Amino acid sequence: MSASLPDTAPASPGDETPVRRFPIAPLFLSAPAVLLFAALVLTPLFLTALLSFNQFDYATGRTGGFTLEHYLAVVTDEYYLEIFLRTFRISALATAICVVIGVPEAYILSRMTNPWRSIFLLVILAPLLVSVVVRAFGWSMLLGPEGPVNGALIALGIGRMKLLYSEGTVVVALVHVMLPFMVIPVWTSLQKLDPAVEQAALSFGASRATAIVRVVAPQILPGILSGSLIVFGLSASAFAIPGLLGGRRLKMVATVVYDQYLSDLNWPMGAAVAVILLAANLIIMLTYHRMVEGHYRRRLG
Amino acid sequence: MTRNGPAALIFHTLVVIFMLAPLVIVCLVAFTPENTLSLPTRGFSLRWFQAVFHHPDFVQSFWNSLWLAVLSATLAVALAVPASLAITRWEFPGRGFLNALFLSPLIIPHLVLGVAMLRLFAVVGAAGSFGWLVAAHMVIVTPYVMRLLIAAISGFDRSVEQAAFSLGASEATVFRRVTLPMILPGVTGGWLIAFINSFDELTMSIFITSPSTVTLPVRMYMYATESIDPMMAAVSALIIGITAVAVLLLDRVYGLDRILVGQH
Repeated sequence: MSASLPDTAPASPGDETPVRRFPIAPLFLSAPAVLLFAALVLTPLFLTALLSFNQFDYATGRTGGFTLEHYLAVVTDEYYLEIFLRTFRISALATAICVVIGVPEAYILSRMTNPWRSIFLLVILAPLLVSVVVRAFGWSMLLGPEGPVNGALIALGIGRMKLLYSEGTVVVALVHVMLPFMVIPVWTSLQKLDPAVEQAALSFGASRATAIVRVVAPQILPGILSGSLIVFGLSASAFAIPGLLGGRRLKMVATVVYDQYLSDLNWPMGAAVAVILLAANLIIMLTYHRMVEGHYRRRLG
Repeated sequence: MTRNGPAALIFHTLVVIFMLAPLVIVCLVAFTPENTLSLPTRGFSLRWFQAVFHHPDFVQSFWNSLWLAVLSATLAVALAVPASLAITRWEFPGRGFLNALFLSPLIIPHLVLGVAMLRLFAVVGAAGSFGWLVAAHMVIVTPYVMRLLIAAISGFDRSVEQAAFSLGASEATVFRRVTLPMILPGVTGGWLIAFINSFDELTMSIFITSPSTVTLPVRMYMYATESIDPMMAAVSALIIGITAVAVLLLDRVYGLDRILVGQH
């Protein structure tokens, strides 16, 4: 990402090269992409924000006028409050588990030697590229009534349990989908860490645990924070996992938006929930940027 | 280099099992000869793969997804090459904004993009159009292409281009013979990661596909909410296979760790 920082701007003295004589050139070069993004990102988001203030008539299905009732419904209606609360709870739990599993795993990976390191990094990260529908389906088979997990429970004498369509299953599958997003930033910050510092702590008589807590942990904290925010943001807007593993009762924000749009056809209500979701995501991401920038500024200053 | 202790290795093994278990079970169940979702304990069978190839809906969705991914990846690369040249090579007002705009689909939930596109398509009367679906997919894959291209362009030595210019090459020649070959790993890597992301996309597509443009992930989602039989496992195994091929290619041309972890 550092590649996109302004310090990579042209600094060489090659002013005689023809490409740089016209300041209009970058506008021409980026125009097609700008048009696409104006038409298919900015315009639809603007239209959706407008739509969320429209009234909705259940009898005719028509929308129009101005109202704040959809936003009020989200903060007053028990149904929506419960769904936002559940989404928050599930996302927070998935994030916490990702920290507990992902951080030690990234540390273990970083202490491996090649080729194992590359192989296992691939094993942990590659599922990221497999469609989330496939992974959700895999979990529904693993945890299904005839699946191997229930088989093991029966063999252990615990007996068959109803695992599907519960919050626990949604959390487990979310952790599976999100774990790479935790491992990547922690791994990246471990790469920047000089192993000699940890060695120094050990050779001065620090125990392994002390070295990890006092030397390694503070340095990878920004990585853990950034991973947590990404995992939380993605979990809170996850659609396929709660849709396929949560069943009809266990709704999360994304599945409710889907219902509003495609079953109830109450687009303004769905738009309001979507706008809130987008705003929450942007706040999380901007907080993250500010935190990371603040961290580096402190370290540099 | 210090080694991991036994406790660390046990933990690591459990994590690896956790990550692979859902994918492995899907691939195993796909070969079951039974009528129900079960592990193939009485020999392997290809009957469910045959069932997929004889299921017209799945076949049509497969071709939809393939065309959609090829078109949106190609067009996204075509837009992203000049745009990333503009962003990396010039200092101009609005440059930071453009950079943020082109990367914004990474932080906008696909669900929000989906409902927003649905509204736009309703307003302009484009509901169900394949062309607009391609454009929507271009939006979500362009950031991945841009990231690789920006890294590739800012990482290379401008003096080679300047040498070509000073030897009298025209701008077009320099781009074709010097710039493009040097950023080619970024271009092909970007195309592949765009292809995979478009081919896999569910959450936005489910809002904007029509019965004739339904993509494979959307078809699977619809199918899985109604009934689950081993055919789903066979389709999933095929998708895992296609993804694996794309991942291996990606690893060859660009390096998977560089794409996923971002070590440039």
